Amino acid sequence: MIDVFDIMGPIMVGPSSSHTAGAVRIGRMARALLGEKPVKASIGLHGSFAGTGVGHGTDKALVAGLLGMKPDDLNIPNSFAAAARQGLNFTFREIDLRDAHPNSVLLDLEGIGGRAIQVQACSTGGGRILVNRIAGVDVSFTGDYHTLIIHNKDDRGHVGEVTYTLAQAKVNVANMSLSRSVRGGSAMMVIETDDPIPQPLLDYFQQLPGILQVTYYKKED
Amino acid sequence: MNLDSMKDILDAMEAEGKAFWEIVLETDMENRQVSREESLGKMADVWHAMEDASASYTGERRSMSGLVGGQGALMRQYAAKEDTIGGDFLAQVIGEALAMGECNACMRRIVAAPTAGACGVMPAVLIPLSRRDSIPEEKMLQALYVATGVGAVIAYKASISGAAGGCQAEIGSASAMAAGALVFLRGGSGEQICHGVAMAIKNMMGLVCDPVAGLVEVPCVKRNVGGAVNAVAAADMALAGIESKVPVDEVIDAMGEVGRRMPVEFRETALGGLAATPTGRAVMDKMMSGRKRRRTLTIKDARWRLEKRRPAEEEKKEEEDVQ
Repeated sequence: MIDVFDIMGPIMVGPSSSHTAGAVRIGRMARALLGEKPVKASIGLHGSFAGTGVGHGTDKALVAGLLGMKPDDLNIPNSFAAAARQGLNFTFREIDLRDAHPNSVLLDLEGIGGRAIQVQACSTGGGRILVNRIAGVDVSFTGDYHTLIIHNKDDRGHVGEVTYTLAQAKVNVANMSLSRSVRGGSAMMVIETDDPIPQPLLDYFQQLPGILQVTYYKKED
Repeated sequence: MNLDSMKDILDAMEAEGKAFWEIVLETDMENRQVSREESLGKMADVWHAMEDASASYTGERRSMSGLVGGQGALMRQYAAKEDTIGGDFLAQVIGEALAMGECNACMRRIVAAPTAGACGVMPAVLIPLSRRDSIPEEKMLQALYVATGVGAVIAYKASISGAAGGCQAEIGSASAMAAGALVFLRGGSGEQICHGVAMAIKNMMGLVCDPVAGLVEVPCVKRNVGGAVNAVAAADMALAGIESKVPVDEVIDAMGEVGRRMPVEFRETALGGLAATPTGRAVMDKMMSGRKRRRTLTIKDARWRLEKRRPAEEEKKEEEDVQ
């Protein structure tokens, strides 16, 4: 199924849908996953992002996204100055990620309230993105759906509890994936849903025993 | 419906007694579960973004590398005071294509149509025509749906990505979309739209993606001119009653095949074509100075792209074998 406005669009600040618009979206996604205003960002550029990133404004675009700008924001070229005003300290470095898409980035973020998150994502073309890793655990989601990410202890029953609760709240699951670092370690479930998840439900998940972290990305239009 | 072939769209037009643009509009309503007004509103945003980019262009900005900027203004000045070879309309088309390509290279707001690198083609033909013929906005939006339908078919059957199919997939696709829109705006039939699209693609077949230093600047900005002028020619041919001897869906399939068999050096890797000329390499070296020397996209990256792509191709081939 093709989105007509992926062909005639997006409306974006140039020069490249993958290296600029996609980079803004990765920054925005990382900010949403952090769940608060970021104050510190260490940004690792891999592959073509490192090679031609500066010429495409990829660096400015990532910072713009971290500040909450959208891909069509005319202030994207001035994002470094905006970051200074808004108290976001950022650094860039080149990195070599194993078996990663050429347009990949690794973001280490710290938020104003002390939250921290590591996100690896890539820009797959046309402004579309894919989140590959969160906190070192493999994931795979695009932001095309509302996305619930639950980081829990690798223990019995968490998946059943979460999905049952979603069903009770009449939230339909579109896609779901599970992964873990090692047996008995920490695990992550990524649940993409058709319906938005209300805040009380997120709070409920957060206080369940064995749940380490609840992260939620609300789909954008 | 799925916009899988031009024939599907023509069949739907006949079966439902609807215009080309209506089929595409209704596909959007169905796919995104939105109302007619919401879809039209979003398309109006697209049209206004094209108009705004054109109106805000002054020619003063320069791209990150400094290679691009001011060419659109030069063309506009030349068109204003001299007799151009191609006449006033073509001069405007050329000027708009350059201006829009520069807006993109200089980090201004544009509409990727279908890609950012090819963003100049559609507005280059649509803005001058809407101005000259005083075409109401309603009709311009319909033309944008026609163009989008063409682009959707190309994306499904071939590709609209330079990394996958070379520049023919970006500027070539944009040119085909623009040709379809022009034929529609001048009152052409569904069949004539198809002939215009087919002729536009045929003239762009095999075009490589070879950006200097990997940037969307050289030759991308000026190739928008090629795509736009080609669209005008293809549309005028179709309106004259000239037909493409190879049907449009076969032309698009051929374009897809050419793209898949195109060497990786010519697919947005900056390893071949103009990027590999002595001048192209010098620009790359300049861009890279002061930081670790590194090629834009290493052969390793390029292979990675190929490997990731291969399964899909094999799947397609298997499907064909079954047929």
